[in-house]
Amino acid sequence: MSDKMIVKATVNGEECEALVEPRTLLVHMIRESLHLTGTHIGCDTTSCGACTVLLDGKPVKSCTILAVQANGREIATVEGLETAAGLSVVQEGFKEEHGLHCGYCTPGMMMTVTALLEENPDPTEDEIRKAISGNLCRCTGYVNIIKAVQYAAGKKEGAAA
Amino acid sequence: MTAATESTVNGAIGQSPKRVEDDRFIRGMGNYVDDVQLPGMLHMAIYRSPFAHATINSIDTSRALAMPGVVACITGQDLVAHGLAWMPTLAGDTQAVLATDKVRFQGQEVVCVIAKTSYQAEDALEGIDVDYDPLPVIVDPKRALDADAPIIRSDLEGKTDNHIFTWESGDAEATDRVFAEADIVIKLDTLYPRIHPAPMETCGAVADYNKATGKMTIHLTSQAPHAHRTLFAMVAGLPEQKLRIISPDVGGGFGNKVPIYPGYVVATAASLLIGKPVKWVESRTENLMSTGFARDYHMEGELAATKDGKMLGLRANVLADHGAFNAQAQPSKWPAGFFNIATGSYDLQAAHCKVDGVYTNKAPGGIAYRCSFRVTEAAYLIERLVDNLAHETGIDAAELRKQNFIQPEQFPYKSPMGWEYDSGDYEKAMNIALELVGYEELRKEQAEKRAKGEVMGIGFSSFTEIVGAGMSKICDIAGLAMIDSAELRIHPTGKGVLKLGVQSQGQGHETTFAQIVANELGIPYTDIAVEHGDTDHTPYGLGTYASRSTPTGGAATAIVARKLREKARQIAAHLLECAPDDLEFDSGTFTVKGSPEKSKTIQECVFGAYQSDLPDDMEKGFEDVTYYDAPEMTYPFGTYICVVDIDKGTGQVKVRKFVAVDDCGTRINPMIVDGQIHGGLTQGFGTAMMELISFDEDGNCFGGNFMDYLIPTAVESPDWTLGECTTPSPHHPFGAKGVGESPTVGSPQAFVNAVVDALHPYGITNIDMPLSSHKVWKVLRDAGVTDE
Repeated sequence: MSDKMIVKATVNGEECEALVEPRTLLVHMIRESLHLTGTHIGCDTTSCGACTVLLDGKPVKSCTILAVQANGREIATVEGLETAAGLSVVQEGFKEEHGLHCGYCTPGMMMTVTALLEENPDPTEDEIRKAISGNLCRCTGYVNIIKAVQYAAGKKEGAAA
Repeated sequence: MTAATESTVNGAIGQSPKRVEDDRFIRGMGNYVDDVQLPGMLHMAIYRSPFAHATINSIDTSRALAMPGVVACITGQDLVAHGLAWMPTLAGDTQAVLATDKVRFQGQEVVCVIAKTSYQAEDALEGIDVDYDPLPVIVDPKRALDADAPIIRSDLEGKTDNHIFTWESGDAEATDRVFAEADIVIKLDTLYPRIHPAPMETCGAVADYNKATGKMTIHLTSQAPHAHRTLFAMVAGLPEQKLRIISPDVGGGFGNKVPIYPGYVVATAASLLIGKPVKWVESRTENLMSTGFARDYHMEGELAATKDGKMLGLRANVLADHGAFNAQAQPSKWPAGFFNIATGSYDLQAAHCKVDGVYTNKAPGGIAYRCSFRVTEAAYLIERLVDNLAHETGIDAAELRKQNFIQPEQFPYKSPMGWEYDSGDYEKAMNIALELVGYEELRKEQAEKRAKGEVMGIGFSSFTEIVGAGMSKICDIAGLAMIDSAELRIHPTGKGVLKLGVQSQGQGHETTFAQIVANELGIPYTDIAVEHGDTDHTPYGLGTYASRSTPTGGAATAIVARKLREKARQIAAHLLECAPDDLEFDSGTFTVKGSPEKSKTIQECVFGAYQSDLPDDMEKGFEDVTYYDAPEMTYPFGTYICVVDIDKGTGQVKVRKFVAVDDCGTRINPMIVDGQIHGGLTQGFGTAMMELISFDEDGNCFGGNFMDYLIPTAVESPDWTLGECTTPSPHHPFGAKGVGESPTVGSPQAFVNAVVDALHPYGITNIDMPLSSHKVWKVLRDAGVTDE
C-alpha cells in the first residue's frame, strides 16, 4: 500500500509516535502500534462501542476513525483512567456495583461514561441509558452498569463538594 | 448434601464480595485472544463462499500469492494431503474445514490466506478466484425433506436425502390413549427462530508451534479447553502431551465457543507447517454468519387436558434445522439434547416427543445458546401451550399452573419422559412472583383497559431447567465423560491455589470458587488464587456451558476442600494431642470439644503439614485433586411474569414490568447470581423481541452484522424485578443447582405469552418471535384493531 505516515498524538498524557499506513484505523494503531490492548474490537459496523476512546475529550469509536486523523490530538484510553491517586470513580463504580461480567465491553463503556460525567455530572437514568446506547453489553443487561454510573456520579459530586 | 453452614469467614457462601477478576478488567488489563501479540506472528484471513450451494470447479490463488506480504494460501486440497480437509463435529457428523467439492452455505470457509499483517491478509482475499456452478438452494427445512430436493450432503456415501436423524422419547401409545380421553387438545405450531449467541468477543485463535520442542500452544476462545485439546489431538494427530490450549480471558461465550471451528484448525495447521505463530480472529460478520447459531426448531405441540383444566398429556413433533453440517453441541447420546424435559413443571400422565434433524444450505450449528441442550425450546413449547390452555378454558393462567404443578412431596419426581427431578417447590416461587408483581390489581387494571379498547397483557413462564451435565453414565462428548475437576494446593503460609477444569467467560469463577473454599476450609477467599483455562496447569474437565460449572466444578471444589479439611483435622489432633473425633470445626478453627482454649487454626494445620514433626504415617504437603461425576442432574426452576402495554398505532410492545423469581438452590454469591439473572433476562428479551437470523430463497443471510442482527441496547432493555426462592439440591455437596441459563431459558415465553394474552380477545393465539413492532402491528391490523 501507499507510504507510511507518522502519527504524533498525546496518549493518556504522554507524547506518542506511530508509523502507520494512511488507511490504518485508530483502533489498530492503539492496539498494535502502541500495544494498548485494553481497547477492544467487537464488530465491523461501528455498532458495538467496544473500541470507544476519547479524542480531545469526546468519545469516539476508534474503529471508524483513521489513525492519521488523530494526529496532533489527545487520545485517552482505558489504560489512562487510573492515576497516581488511584482508580477513577468510574472504574470504582463498575467494580462496586458489579457493572461487568466478561469485561470485554467494559473499557469502551467506561470511556463513554467518563465523557458523560464530564459533560453531565448528575445524569438521570434515562440520560445514562441514552448515553451508553452506542455501547453494547451482552452480559449484564445494563442494570448494574447504570448503578455503576450513578455510583460514580455520586462519588464525583462528593469529591467536588 | 451437607447444607452450607453459615460461616463467618471472609467470602464464605452467601456473602457477596466484589469480584477479584474485575481488578484487571477495569484497568484494561484483561488478556483476550486478540490481545496476544507474539514475535514474528502471521495473520490469517478466510475467503468465504458468496453462494449458499454451488459446485467448486476451480480455485486459483495465484493473484493473492503475488500480493504484498502474503506468505501462503491454503485450500481444501492442500488440507487433503494432511487428512484435514474434513473434521468430525461434536455431533458425530463431519464438517468441511475448507470446501473441496462444493460449498453448502453462504459464508463457508474456502481458502485461508496467511500474510504478515492482518490488513495484507484481508487485501489478498480480493485476489482469490473461485469458479462456481450454483446449485439449487434449500432454505426451508420442510422443503429439505421433499423427494426431489437436491442432496446437500453428497459427500456422505449413500446419502439420498437431507434427513439427519429421528429421535423419540416417551410413550407414544400411552400418550395417544390420554389424548383420546381428553376434553380439550390445545395445538400450537410455532418456530423458535434461528438466533446467535453473539458474545461481544468473536471467536479466534493464535496457534504457536515451537519447532525446537515440538510443542503446539493454541491461545483459543474456548469454553472447554481440555476437551478441545483432546479433540485437536484426535483429529490432527498431534501428541496430546505436546498440545497446550490456553483459553485466557474470554469475552463472553454463551455456547458460541463450545464447537471447534475451521479457522482454529487451519491456523493451527498453518503454524505447524510454516513454523511461526498464526493469528486468526473472526470479524463480527464471520461470527454471525458462520459460527454456531442456536435454536431453529419448528415445533408442533399438543397439550391434552380436561375441561376443568387438568393437564393430561403432551405431544411434540419437531423439525430441527441443523444447517449444512450437523455441528450442534450436545452430549453424544442426545441428538435433540434434553428436549424431553418438555413436560416442564407439570405432572402429566403421558408424553411423547419426536425430533427430526435435517440439513439445509445454512450455517452449521444448533449449539446450546446459554441453555442446557435444547431445554430452551422445550420450556418455550410447554409454557406457550399452558397459556393457550388458560385462554381456551378461561381459567386464570396462574391458577391453571398451580393446579398442575408437580407438588413438593412428589420429589424426587419421575417425569413421563424419564427424567428424575431432584427437588422443587413450584407453587412457592409462583406465589412470590404473584406478590411481587401485584397480580390481582394488574388483572383488574387489564379488565378496565380492555373496556376502554387499550391493549395490555400479562404473561407467565413457570419453567423447570435441567442442568449440570453431569452423569457420565448418560452424558459424554466424543466419548469423554462429562466430569469436572478441582485441584487445591495450600502453601505453608495458609494461602493457596485452586485449579479448575471449568473455564469462566465472565461468570466470576475467580471469586465464587474461592468462596467455596472459604466456606469449606475457613480460609478467606482473598487467600485463594483461582486458575483456569490453561491445560498445562489445570486438571482435566469438560468446560463451562449448560450451567454446569457450579454443579460439577463447584462440587469438585467442595469435595477436594473437604478432603483437605480431614487432613487438617488429623494434623490438628496430632498438634493438640487428642483424637480427631474430639475436634469440632467451625469457620477455620479446630477446637477440642469441651476445651475451647485448646484450638488450632486451619493455617496452623497447613503449616504443620510442611513441618518435620508430622507422624511418619502422614504424608507431607497440603494438596489434593477431585474428579466429580455428578450422580444426577440439577433442576433449577422459577416463575417469571411479564406485563406489557401495546401501542395500537405502531405495534410497539412496551415491557412495563418483569418479575423473575429464580430458585437455583444455594446461592454462592448473591450479587453475582443477580447479575447473571439480569444478563440472561436481557438475552431472553432480545430473543423474544428483536434477534433473528433469516435467509432469502437463495440462501443469502440476513442478520450477518450488528446493523441487521439487533441485540438489546441500554435504551430498550427493561428493568427487572428479582425475587428469590431457595430449594437446595439434595445431591449437590452444598445444595447449589446452577443459575447462568435459567433466565434465558425461562424468559422468552413470558414476553410472548404477555403479548398473546394482550391480543387473545382479538382471536390471536400465536405470534412467533421476534415480536418486532412491525410484526405486531400487522397482526393488529389484520384483526382490525390498529389505530388509524
